[in-house]
Amino acid sequence: MSPITRGFHGRPHEHLDAARLPPGQQVRTDFPVLSAGPTPHTPLHEWTFKITGAVDRPASWTWEELLALPAQKPTVDIHCVTKWSKLDTHWKGVSIDTLLAAVQTSATHVLATCDGGYSTNLPIADVTGDRAWIVYEYDGAPLPPEHGGPARLLVPHLYFWKSAKWVRGLMLRDHDAPGFWEQHGYHIYGDPWKEQRYTGD
Amino acid sequence: MERAEIHGRLSVVRHRAAQLLGRLRLSDGHASGSSSTDKRAAEGAPPASVVWRPATVAKLQVETGHAKTIVFDIPGWPRHVAGQHVDLRLTAEDGYQAERSYSIASAPEDYGVAITVDRIPDGEVSPFMNDVLLVGDQIEIRGPFGGYFNWRTEDGGPLLLIAGGSGLVPLMAMVRHRQATAGTTEVHLLLSARSVEDVLYQDELRALGAAGGVTITQTFTRRPPPGWDGFARRIDREMLEAVGPALAAMPKVYICGPTAFVEQAAELLVGLGHPPEMIRTERFGPTG
Repeated sequence: MSPITRGFHGRPHEHLDAARLPPGQQVRTDFPVLSAGPTPHTPLHEWTFKITGAVDRPASWTWEELLALPAQKPTVDIHCVTKWSKLDTHWKGVSIDTLLAAVQTSATHVLATCDGGYSTNLPIADVTGDRAWIVYEYDGAPLPPEHGGPARLLVPHLYFWKSAKWVRGLMLRDHDAPGFWEQHGYHIYGDPWKEQRYTGD
Repeated sequence: MERAEIHGRLSVVRHRAAQLLGRLRLSDGHASGSSSTDKRAAEGAPPASVVWRPATVAKLQVETGHAKTIVFDIPGWPRHVAGQHVDLRLTAEDGYQAERSYSIASAPEDYGVAITVDRIPDGEVSPFMNDVLLVGDQIEIRGPFGGYFNWRTEDGGPLLLIAGGSGLVPLMAMVRHRQATAGTTEVHLLLSARSVEDVLYQDELRALGAAGGVTITQTFTRRPPPGWDGFARRIDREMLEAVGPALAAMPKVYICGPTAFVEQAAELLVGLGHPPEMIRTERFGPTG
């Protein structure tokens, strides 16, 4: 039981569907940027997306090939571990199910790998079932570089560091192993509804 | 600095009921793909950093017209590393809670744990922290967190620290750590602020500059002080070239500030030939 903070009342909550906000989060209407290093700029003609690792044979798509795949337009709430949430964000991209259909695998986990050296780990169950996408549009426009463009992973049911910016591939694995932030003190799974922010939460 | 928050247009805020809902969901069974960390936590004690601890205000220090440093006495606090942050939690009488993350301003060697809170006029927590909190008051804090935007004296240098506004806070922890350990690392600090009235830790910066070892360069983007003959513009290539250390010395670069500032600084440094992997960034603020 937390002690009462003298003189703190909080602010009246307005216009908010409380059930949509995980514990410890607050709604933002802008779109903050958090990255560990400089924003990479890979030319689209050099861009590919690859599925590698524990697969029968690796699969690869060029930028044009990715755009030619059937697209979905998810509208989702996103939750950043730094405590902001943004409701009803509009994206366009390709479901990971569509990409995984190109390979045979019995993998249990994936490591998303990115330009700039970033990576993040996820159970394969969390990137299938139309719950995860490679997105290339945000709010009807090409995804800006600082938000992960040309394409980022979108896994809205986990904290947003799992939605890796500048994603270039999924390495499929038969075991879980931590990615970048997961090696730097952040939770291995990152469920916002359980407030799994840091290792040990 | 309130991480990822400062100057934010904090608009609609939050969720008395959501707290309860969030907790109810905890008993709803297991998430798919539950993790090895969960297993580790079940086998042993969780890391000391995840425990909420009572934190008593030991000291308040006015820094600018809109920012205060708050030093907390936190029994059992695990030693932090310069650049890390804390989470804090406030609880209203009706049980409503608000959480925020703030960079640590103090060196690990300093007494207590200091944060510097910029007052966001329309904010929920930062006005409370600036205007209501008194010495002796108690809140809850946990941490330290963040294992990447860190510097220890033994990591060496030279260091190029680039701060936009209150992005100075975690970089100041690094400078203070250098001083507290009698470190000899060459440090160059480039500080961009709107005006001199917005500069945190002014007296300390002046003393540091006079003592040598830490070279401080300031630029004022809106109102330079009268008689100022230094930089009076946003950071650019020429400014970064003029501020040491030389590229050949392979400086470790830490940049903290609003998103546009950090993007610009990092981009310019990469353009000048700094390896991206030598550049660590922490960003906050609105970006649209």
